Amino acid sequence: MPTFFEKKQLVTPGELLAEGDYLPGENTYIENGKIYASRIGLVDSDNKKVNVVALRAFYVPKVGDIVIGTIVEVGFNGWTVDIDAPYTALLRASDVLSRPFKPQNDELSAVLTAGDLIVAKIASYDRAHDPQLTVGEPGLGKITRGQILRVTPTKIPRIIGRKGSMISMIKQETNCQIILGLNGVILVTGKTLEEEELAIESIRKIEEESHTSGLTDRITQLLKEKKPIKVEETQQ
Amino acid sequence: MNEKSEKLIDKKGIRGDGRKADELRPLKLQVGVLSNADGSAYIEHGKNKILAAAFGPREMHPKHLAQPDRMVLRCRYHMAPFSVQERKSPAPSRREVELSKVIKEALEPALFLELYPRTGVDVFVEVLQADGGTRCAAITAAALAIADAGVPMRDLVVACAAGKVDDTVVLDLYDAEDKLGLADVPVAYMPSLNAVTLLQMDGILKPNEFEKALNMAMEGCKKIYEIQKEALKTKYMVVKEVDE
Repeated sequence: MPTFFEKKQLVTPGELLAEGDYLPGENTYIENGKIYASRIGLVDSDNKKVNVVALRAFYVPKVGDIVIGTIVEVGFNGWTVDIDAPYTALLRASDVLSRPFKPQNDELSAVLTAGDLIVAKIASYDRAHDPQLTVGEPGLGKITRGQILRVTPTKIPRIIGRKGSMISMIKQETNCQIILGLNGVILVTGKTLEEEELAIESIRKIEEESHTSGLTDRITQLLKEKKPIKVEETQQ
Repeated sequence: MNEKSEKLIDKKGIRGDGRKADELRPLKLQVGVLSNADGSAYIEHGKNKILAAAFGPREMHPKHLAQPDRMVLRCRYHMAPFSVQERKSPAPSRREVELSKVIKEALEPALFLELYPRTGVDVFVEVLQADGGTRCAAITAAALAIADAGVPMRDLVVACAAGKVDDTVVLDLYDAEDKLGLADVPVAYMPSLNAVTLLQMDGILKPNEFEKALNMAMEGCKKIYEIQKEALKTKYMVVKEVDE
């Protein structure tokens, strides 16, 4: 039951990772008892499970995920939403209006129209059906202000950090509200433009240097360095 | 046809472009060259210059082409009007339609089609300059473009041709050998899984010659595979070095 990789080694699709008593984890597959990588990424194993942290992937919907999407079309009884996934999502009118929806009374484009951005939760999704969204929870719904940035979906866990340490630090240091869409879309809302820019800069840094150690320290440093402008403001 | 072919290999066994019988043409591969595509690759295989771009998986358009149980792979192989000596009409020719199909079928076994039903992956191959063996170079580049798009794959697909010129079995035919030679055997191959995904033959070979050509092409594929893996890693290595 040998393995054929070093920790954090860069692997390409088709590279043999392990043989025998191991389990295929993320971005790997098993054939004839041999585990191969299926995406470019960095290998890692915990216990008997071999994982590849993909450097390039796309978002696959999962029930319960918070995502940020763009309305692409207003339909008869709902909206079509682009969530940067292989499938477009649907948002039903009755879900948004929170009362029975009557086509003769309600003009859907007055509520949400093409181009609007929404924070939503995946309500249902399976192989046979397109994902359905819901906005019927606090914190979800139309985005009215803030800035949007896009990162590779696989980097989102790194931005969150261990038990949310990284993201809560950025939130605290920049006084920004940050909503991480698991589809790789991030919404940053701050009181001032400078604060938003600082939050975006640190998220970009995390994305670029996501697979390095000591990243938290460097982000702390970045936030501290840029902060004086803000301290002066509060002192005035 | 045969009168000219005598000149293709000299007495020392050196071919028209200075190579030995089992030698590949110089190869250069680059990944992520196009910013508007989800994944892309560029290959220079001898005088061949080919761009490949991949999109998806995304919703199929037109919608009726979507399959309820699997992902659909679409390929378009196209030669630029300036890719050959005589201007080639940009309209898809019979040959291009056939090669599109052949490339699609060579790449399909590498993908997990059943994972993303109702979606499609599009691959566009644009031949900028052709010098024989474009289908093989196109497959090599297209596989890289798909991997760069983040689509899960069983293995990268590599392709290489072997053939017969002046009674000698040779590797990686260039344009003149392709046209004046006696046979051409393009092979696409997944080295890690030891699986052949494309095998064609144009011309006539004896069984033992065919076997020799197939083995030679597979050896050539393995050499290209190493360059292919390196090219894919290089794109992300740059990112890795920044933080070290």
